[in-house]
Amino acid sequence: MEQKLEDFAIIDNYLCIRMPREVDHHGAAGIRESADRLIMDDKVRNIVFDFEDTTFMDSSGIGIIIGRYRKISCFGGKVYAINASERVRRLLKASGMSGIIEVLT
Amino acid sequence: MAMNRANEIYVEFDAVSENEALARVVIAAFLARLDPTVEELEDVRTAVSEAVTNAIIHAYEEKGGKVVMQASLSESGVLEVHICDNGVGIADVEQAMQPLFTTGSANERSGMGFAFMEAFMDRIEVESRVGEGTRVHMWKAFERCGTGAQPILQAAVWNSDGRL
Repeated sequence: MEQKLEDFAIIDNYLCIRMPREVDHHGAAGIRESADRLIMDDKVRNIVFDFEDTTFMDSSGIGIIIGRYRKISCFGGKVYAINASERVRRLLKASGMSGIIEVLT
Repeated sequence: MAMNRANEIYVEFDAVSENEALARVVIAAFLARLDPTVEELEDVRTAVSEAVTNAIIHAYEEKGGKVVMQASLSESGVLEVHICDNGVGIADVEQAMQPLFTTGSANERSGMGFAFMEAFMDRIEVESRVGEGTRVHMWKAFERCGTGAQPILQAAVWNSDGRL
C-alpha cells in the first residue's frame, strides 16, 4: 500500500504521519523517505505516528519508529504514538518502544 | 477438545515485498477453520511476516529468489510453519537471534524479527547453512473447545469446562 501525500501533515511543530492499515517492510521505505524529507523542514520538532487505521504491524514498524526517533531526538524532539490498537500497543511495549516514545491512548 | 482433520499446505512465491502480505493472508486463511482468537491469529500473522521479511531482505538481499511456506495442522490443533529460502544463509544463528542484532542499516531495521517470532509462537528453531539457505520452523498450539456450534451461536453455548 503506497503512502499518499495527505498521510503526512505538519501541524504547528509536529510532523503527523498517518500510518497505513498494514505496516510491514513493503511499505516501510515509502514512509521513511517521505518522513525524512519532511523532518528536514525547520518547523518540525516532534513526530506523531497516528495508528488509527493500523490493524497489522510487524517489526518493520518498530524500525520506522526507531529510525525517526534517532533523527528527531538529536534536536530534543519527542515521538508520540496515538490511536494505537491494543495489538499495536502490545508490539510497542514488547519492543521496548513504549519506554522511549509517548504512547497516548 | 474437537479433533481436527490434519491438513497441510505448501506455497512457493517470489521473494518480493508484496508477498509479505500474501503470506499473511494465506496463513490466516489456513487457520480460519480453527476459529482462532484475534490475538492468536495476529500472533501467527506477525511471526510469518517476520520470517518472510527476513528471507526477502537478508537471505536474498532484496535481489529476489523463491520463498517456500509450508504449514501443517495436526489433529490435536498444533500449527507447524516452515519458512524456507535458498539465500545466503546465516553464519551465526545464535547471534542473529539476539534482540536488536541486525545487519541492516541501523536506521532502517529494528533487529526485533526473531524476538517477535519467539514472543508470538510457542517454539521456534532456525537451521541455516552459509551459501545454501535458511529454514525457520515455528510451532503454536491452538486449544479449541468443540461445541460443534457455528461461531455465531457459540456465545450462547457454554462448555462443561466453563469456557465459551
